[in-house]
Amino acid sequence: MVSKKLFHLVVVALLVLSSCQNKSSDVSNYSSKSAPGTQEELDRNVGNFILFGLSSANLNNESIKNLDRQADWLKRYRYINVIIEGHCDERGTREFNLALGARRANVVKSYLISAGIDSSRITTISYGKERPVILGSGPEIWRQNRRSVIVLN
Amino acid sequence: MPRIYRLLFLILIFTDCSIALTQIDITRSHISPMLVAIPEFMGDKSVGSKLRKIIINDLESTGLFRVIDKDAYIDTLNLDAVPTFASWRQINATSLIFGSIDKGGEYYSVSFKMWDVFSQSEVLNKESFQVSKKNPRRAAHKISDEIYKKLTGEEGYFNTKITYISSMVSNDGRVLRRIAIMDQDGYNHNYLTDSSRLVLTPRFSPSVESILYLSYGKKSQPKVKKINIKTKFSSVLGSFDGMSYAPRYIDKNSVLLSVVKGGVSNIHTLNLDSMEQRQITYCSSICTSPSISPDKKYVVFNSDMGGTRQLYVMDLSGKNVERISFNPGYYSSPVWSPRGDLIAFTKMLPGKGFFIGVMRPDGSGERLITRGWLVDGASWAPNGRVLMFEKESAPKKGKGIYTIDITGNNTRFLKTPYEASDPAWSNSLG
Repeated sequence: MVSKKLFHLVVVALLVLSSCQNKSSDVSNYSSKSAPGTQEELDRNVGNFILFGLSSANLNNESIKNLDRQADWLKRYRYINVIIEGHCDERGTREFNLALGARRANVVKSYLISAGIDSSRITTISYGKERPVILGSGPEIWRQNRRSVIVLN
Repeated sequence: MPRIYRLLFLILIFTDCSIALTQIDITRSHISPMLVAIPEFMGDKSVGSKLRKIIINDLESTGLFRVIDKDAYIDTLNLDAVPTFASWRQINATSLIFGSIDKGGEYYSVSFKMWDVFSQSEVLNKESFQVSKKNPRRAAHKISDEIYKKLTGEEGYFNTKITYISSMVSNDGRVLRRIAIMDQDGYNHNYLTDSSRLVLTPRFSPSVESILYLSYGKKSQPKVKKINIKTKFSSVLGSFDGMSYAPRYIDKNSVLLSVVKGGVSNIHTLNLDSMEQRQITYCSSICTSPSISPDKKYVVFNSDMGGTRQLYVMDLSGKNVERISFNPGYYSSPVWSPRGDLIAFTKMLPGKGFFIGVMRPDGSGERLITRGWLVDGASWAPNGRVLMFEKESAPKKGKGIYTIDITGNNTRFLKTPYEASDPAWSNSLG
């Protein structure tokens, strides 16, 4: 039993490590390839999303770090307008999730404005639970679907 | 299930002895349906046979009636003569329904009668009413409504429409959503929108002429739109700065809906004649999913103002807000019954899944009537006895529409061409 568990742990650890490697190499590849000031560059170099907790529209330390990077990027390309999409996981009711998505998108918009981005450059759209980034079910998938996404307008 | 419901399950009350008519009490949990005999109609055999099939399907879909196979019928009938009741009692028929259909010019002429076999009396007699040849199904539903009303004491709901969101996965994997409309029994299925826009939550106008729904633009805020069912002409409702959503009619001239400002959802009313809009809640987070009481005095809605998702009732003016949900779990999607006696809702119990339940407008008497991996979007039949809802029984099983009696009996799946969600039941077309 113990050795079986250990084996699974090792496999999982290896998978996690290998996926980390892939990610970092992706970033370095694309950062040189992506044209500056494009959605692709934002996605690859900065990250276009932040994640939220269950039923929550609050920002945590990690999401604030990501938002600071997104704000810096937006300051670099002052001609770019963006849409902030607010999304929820599938474990909720339709209308309440539309409301929650709107809260999430607006929290991000407010933070970016407070970081010095002109409010006229930002619009928000709530998609509720209608546009998951990952199809499927399970806590990890739901975690990744509770998000805001910056899309170039 | 509490013991009292188990007991109710075992109690079968078919007859109300105070009156001659044998009725079925639909407020109880029945274990066996009432037996009804419907011989083939006289006159135009092919149309008559079609109508009969529709009536049988209507009646049996309620779970309250079973139509005895016609091969068991011993006697033949004539509309002008009294039936030989003994031969119908012999096959255990409680009610006997018989009609005739004649091809006139523009219209069919339909007559029908219903007899109570036990009291040996005629309880319904409709003589030569005219039916458009274009939609004979409607005539059959009308007859079903009459029978249902006579046998249950409640209004029938067979002449109704259902609108819902149809979700089709395209070849390139995109989910294409359209507003669909169909008769209550799944016939006359049609689409009202193309799949170019994301659409959600269609809801009928009281007169069943138009539908309010949420529509997304290409890159603009989603808005509540109104579409005419006949012309398919649609337009944005009102002129709100932010996203508007969660629409429901108050009456033919006014609407309740949610409007987002600064990320905060509040409930507004909109007069459709004057286009005058009024904010009636002043929440700091989420106030949404408003639904009007049938007397038009109160609104039930969903809010997280107390920290978690709960149900609240207030005056239509927005005053006297009171929380009504207090049991464990999170509540959403409240809908006031057309009878006024109950509010249906979605409840999420962590670790246990989603439920559709009902409670009285003061929050008492909460009863969960069905569960699923995901259930939501309850909508009432116009008689307030049956609920329709969307359900996904397990992850990735696909969403479908179901109906259930508020007793918790008779769950039925409604067949649709593609995945279906966001069902809404219309008023009776009469």
